[in-house]
Amino acid sequence: MNTPVAAADLPTEAANVFERPSVWTRLTRDWAVRIGAVVLGILILIAAAAPWLGTVDPTLFDPGSRDLLPGATGEITTLEGESIKHDFLMGSDSFGRDIYSRVLYGTRISMIVGIVCALIAVFLGVIAGLSAGYLRWLDMPLMRVMDGIMAIPGVLIAIALVALWKASLLSVIVAIAIPEIPRVTRLVRSLVLSIREEPYVEAAISLGTPTFKIMFGHILPNTLAPLIVQGTYICAAAILTEAILSFLGLGLPTDIPTWGNIMAEGRVQFQQFPHNVFFPGIFLALTVLAVNILGDGLRDVLDPKMAKRA
Amino acid sequence: MSAVLEIRALSIALPRGSDRTHAVTDVSLTVGRGEIVCLVGESGSGKSVIAHAVMGLSPGELKATAGEILLEGENILGASAARLRDLRCVRMSMIFQEPMTALNPVMSCGDQIDEVLRMHSTLSPDERRTRVKRVIEEVHLPDPERMMASYPHQLSGGQRQRIVIAIALIMDPVLLIADEPTTALDVTTQAQILKLIRELQQSHGTGVLFITHDFGVVAEIADRVAVLRLGNLVETRAKAELLARPDNAYTKMLIAAVPSITPRKRNADAAAPVVLATARLTKIYKSGGFLARKRTVHAAEDVSFEIRRGQTLGIVGESGSGKSTVARCIARLIDPTSGSVRLSGDDIATMGARQLRPLRRRVQIVFQDPYRSLNPRRTVGEAIIEGPLNYGTSRADALARARQLMETVRLDPEALGRFPHQFSGGQRQRICIARALAMQPELLIADEAVSALDVSVQAQVLQLLDEIRDRMNLAMLFITHDLRVAAQVCDHVAVMSKGRVVEIGTAIQVFGAPRHAYTQALFAAAPGRDFAFGG
Repeated sequence: MNTPVAAADLPTEAANVFERPSVWTRLTRDWAVRIGAVVLGILILIAAAAPWLGTVDPTLFDPGSRDLLPGATGEITTLEGESIKHDFLMGSDSFGRDIYSRVLYGTRISMIVGIVCALIAVFLGVIAGLSAGYLRWLDMPLMRVMDGIMAIPGVLIAIALVALWKASLLSVIVAIAIPEIPRVTRLVRSLVLSIREEPYVEAAISLGTPTFKIMFGHILPNTLAPLIVQGTYICAAAILTEAILSFLGLGLPTDIPTWGNIMAEGRVQFQQFPHNVFFPGIFLALTVLAVNILGDGLRDVLDPKMAKRA
Repeated sequence: MSAVLEIRALSIALPRGSDRTHAVTDVSLTVGRGEIVCLVGESGSGKSVIAHAVMGLSPGELKATAGEILLEGENILGASAARLRDLRCVRMSMIFQEPMTALNPVMSCGDQIDEVLRMHSTLSPDERRTRVKRVIEEVHLPDPERMMASYPHQLSGGQRQRIVIAIALIMDPVLLIADEPTTALDVTTQAQILKLIRELQQSHGTGVLFITHDFGVVAEIADRVAVLRLGNLVETRAKAELLARPDNAYTKMLIAAVPSITPRKRNADAAAPVVLATARLTKIYKSGGFLARKRTVHAAEDVSFEIRRGQTLGIVGESGSGKSTVARCIARLIDPTSGSVRLSGDDIATMGARQLRPLRRRVQIVFQDPYRSLNPRRTVGEAIIEGPLNYGTSRADALARARQLMETVRLDPEALGRFPHQFSGGQRQRICIARALAMQPELLIADEAVSALDVSVQAQVLQLLDEIRDRMNLAMLFITHDLRVAAQVCDHVAVMSKGRVVEIGTAIQVFGAPRHAYTQALFAAAPGRDFAFGG
């Protein structure tokens, strides 16, 4: 209301105009967004700065330092063969590996899997959803393919891919991302179906805007809010699924530190040495919780209609 | 005449961060037994807030900060939830704008009326059944047995609103609140519903608080009128007095803004070149087939008319008459089934997308809903230059033109960098007009372009459209359901009903001496036709 927009319009009408705080302001004011973002930010920092946080190589082991309790001091053999003193903040496992280092390096895998899976699923889902929703002739075949993908359990795809390509980060990411694509596709398609009927899209058609530009310039930006929210949920689910796959031995090779691998190895000795499972478990729970809280906050701010329904 | 409802110095606060502190301030109003009081105001005036407060239906964030609401002497504002429940439907009832959403879609109409009796009476099932049947007869619905068994989606809008009225009146309340009960209905249905409310109110002696934005409706139904502006009561007077001699400047302006139903005299150049000519334009929708039952809908049939440069053709008709279908066929947003659409000689009805693209420029359309016509994520400037950019104009030229156009539609050119949500409805509609004009069209289609606007804003936008048409020498196709609006802007008028043009002629002919029975019925139903609005 800072400049007189229309001199001809009466004050009765001008009074209806008021500034809504920008999306960014509303995001930074929301407590769920703040908490989720801060916790997630810390976890990403931990993942990035793992080598400088008092860790050792997570694959190093020392038979003399097996099954140490959290806080104990022991020795660990470096690759060069020399033995150095090390504080085992979270104890050590039955090979004498430092759990603290393994958990911190495991954060990297979880973050990468979560974020990359969300990006892949959202990217491919958006392409498929936009096409199915806007190009009507593609709708039927594309959605039937999606129904097919949805009918295959994620774990089954993981087993098949591991058998096919050997266990690797790539196969895990692909195995987790594929089953999420149909969900994004359905979301985007349903949004597109309602947005394509909006008068501003019809106006763009009569302005001679090419179909491609309408899809990506007019429709896509208006699906972003629910899409971002969906992305965070996929991220949380992917982190959890990766841990489950590792725990079942279907994920990354056991020598790579992931939270699921650490827990799987600690499972046997769970009753004597619960710290093997406890620490990665805490990190996993905290991460998934933070991502979900962030997602709820984003939903409340960006997509109030969905918030009321939930 | 004892007061049924007495509102004393009522103030209701708005939540923080709203555009004003109070939804209504210091409003005092009485409704007597057997009296209809119209509460009139533009959008945002707080009229619905008052209605909801009386029913005890205000959402939590709207708190009454002062005053009292007395229903037969009992203060509603202090009443408990249980007491309010006892009062609702028994002593006071409400009917809503949208009869479809006011009814439960999965419950038969009979059960919904019966529910009130189950809650509030001790009658036996047989007695209840006779009562329900009687009330259905009272609201003049045919075949009560069948009506009781029907579900809301099986009824027409007018029939649904009759069911809502039956529910509201079955317990014989002393106060009826009607919140824009006819706004969602067609003119002919509206006339019937207004008559029904009038009739029932007289036979039952009910006091009615009737909320509306439409002075035509006020002229039809009110005993007294209260005018509300931004939460303040401007004046309350007897209807005849207020309509004939409004005191307050705001009331005067509102009444003057209501378009007159007598067409304005225009000097149309009969020799001007024909911009648009449709011949036997037809659109048939087919659905079903394979497993489902086949259905064909003739949305538009054999529609033929022409529009000359600098002239306006109005298509008037009720919802479902096919008027928007015709507009969308001409703009080629949908493909006509048969017939021709000649635009300065080129037949665009059957053109393929590639051939059509260079011709799209020539027809531009302004839609009804100003809140959905602009992409919320693009600045106004981007919206206006989108079309010219598509046709190869440079960005700098397009922007310079956009600035001129903003002035043409009387908006500040500096506002080009803003987003649509920063503008009011009327301003957005001006932006949509600017966007259409940026293409330098030959034909401008206004599809109910002023229907969603308040009457004062509507008058300004109509004036703007008129001015632009004259200045740019455009042909205009004006789609509307509002006869008053059509009378003011159209040179020629086509009346559509059930997909067909039933009457076409100059505005003076059609409005002066309607020939077709449907046109005559439409005019007879126009609310407030006996009052000379708009001078």
